[in-house]
Amino acid sequence: MPTATAQDYSARELLIATVADLLDGIRHVAVGASSPIPAAGAMLLRARNELRGRERVRISILGSQEHNFFTNGGVELFDCAAQGRVDAFFLGGGQIDGQANINLVGTGHYPKTEVRWPGCFGSAFLYFVVPRVILFREEHSPRVFVDKVDYVSAAGTSEGVARRGGPYALLTGLALFSFDPARKRFTLKSVHRGVTAAEVRAQTGFDYDAAAEVPQTPAPDAATLELLRGRVTRELAETYPQFAESLRGERAAA
Amino acid sequence: MADIVSLDALAGEVKSGMKIAVPADYCGVAMAATAAILAQQPQDLHLVCVPVTGMQGDMLIGAGLVGTIETSAVTLGEAGGAPRFIDGVRRGAFRLMDATCPAVHSGLIAAQKGVPFLPIRGIIGSDLLKTRTDWRIIDNPFAPDDPIVVVPAIQPDIALFHAPEADRFGNVRIGRRRELVTMAHAAKATLVTVERISETSLLKDENSAAGVLPALYVEKIAQAPRGAWPIGLWGEYPSDPAEIARYAAMARTPEGFAAYVDGFARRFAEAA
Repeated sequence: MPTATAQDYSARELLIATVADLLDGIRHVAVGASSPIPAAGAMLLRARNELRGRERVRISILGSQEHNFFTNGGVELFDCAAQGRVDAFFLGGGQIDGQANINLVGTGHYPKTEVRWPGCFGSAFLYFVVPRVILFREEHSPRVFVDKVDYVSAAGTSEGVARRGGPYALLTGLALFSFDPARKRFTLKSVHRGVTAAEVRAQTGFDYDAAAEVPQTPAPDAATLELLRGRVTRELAETYPQFAESLRGERAAA
Repeated sequence: MADIVSLDALAGEVKSGMKIAVPADYCGVAMAATAAILAQQPQDLHLVCVPVTGMQGDMLIGAGLVGTIETSAVTLGEAGGAPRFIDGVRRGAFRLMDATCPAVHSGLIAAQKGVPFLPIRGIIGSDLLKTRTDWRIIDNPFAPDDPIVVVPAIQPDIALFHAPEADRFGNVRIGRRRELVTMAHAAKATLVTVERISETSLLKDENSAAGVLPALYVEKIAQAPRGAWPIGLWGEYPSDPAEIARYAAMARTPEGFAAYVDGFARRFAEAA
């Protein structure tokens, strides 16, 4: 395995490669129209699986004409997920708490919230029916990762309710966490290059578990970076032209 | 059945107090009709966004025409938050019925089928249930220990959207945007603006007939070239992000919003 490029990756390339690893094994992933990093991770997995002769990955990009094979309108994604045909999805949140509850509505007292975000979208449904929901939020700060969300758009865990989906991992600009629904707690799995576990603790408003020694998030290998910088960037440009351009720009500047 | 009328006559069908269903930006938003509605000033509209809205909903709110908004989100996408919506939330300017996308679809599907409600998975544990007191949790009558949410049928007075094409018989091409069919089936009346009106029946070609909303469901049609602008129209033209960004900047203040609306109406009038 070549190691020459191990130091030579950007923060966003690490996030994209980590998303691809988190998605490993899935067959159908849905991605929001304004989520270029998750989409890039899904495209990377698809390309990598093709090279390795592994299972085919389908990607549905919501709101995109090219990456959308649905013919039954906006409801089809939700029906498809309800049927168990969507393996993975991404959710973010203005606030995310230690029990993986997410808030997409706003801060303060509802309905007259001080800060108002767009709204719940499909989160209150998809969180229950998609097995592998990856929480993704680049900003890692105490205002995002709070002890308790001001508004529960979608609950992280449920008891006595039919549910086969839920939080699988939380990926941020600083670190990667796993989630245990039985204990309703996150565990810090790894910190990204240049970040310490103490910094993550200081920037996180909720309590979580961590080993005494927290490893570094694995660097993307050379083959992964090559795929990401070539084919995946070209594919990204069709749907996320500005994002693809900025990835190319980062590389040119490096 | 489907009269072909002027844009102003079509907009005149939207009366104070009505429940109006409008689609998301990827479906064909009737923006030229929205400009005409802004001119006619119907009050206290109940806007049902299927399942979200953007600039259209924000403009109707900014003009003070919305009494209730039922939606899963309001956003201008890349241009950021919807300024008049956010300001209105802060002031309590309208009744807010936050929803989640598939629940809006389910409510319309219930009306489409003529049943009073539809069950839907998930949602339990969300704060949505605290304020959406019209949503209930029932016990699955067919299995033990299975609480499930039910949402009531949504029957809009009017469904309003923009499509590429109608024929002179009133059939409308909706392609694979099937939520437009659901909206039309659920609503008491459907108003459609179109890019063009063809002489040949859209139902003639069996290969594309499934992508057509039959005239039976359509009340009024008006021709409005580039009628979704600055939002895009599937298969026809992309959105105009610079214009949406211009709106987002101007609509930060009520004065800027009023200035934008003034120019907006005039630009559609010039295009006609």
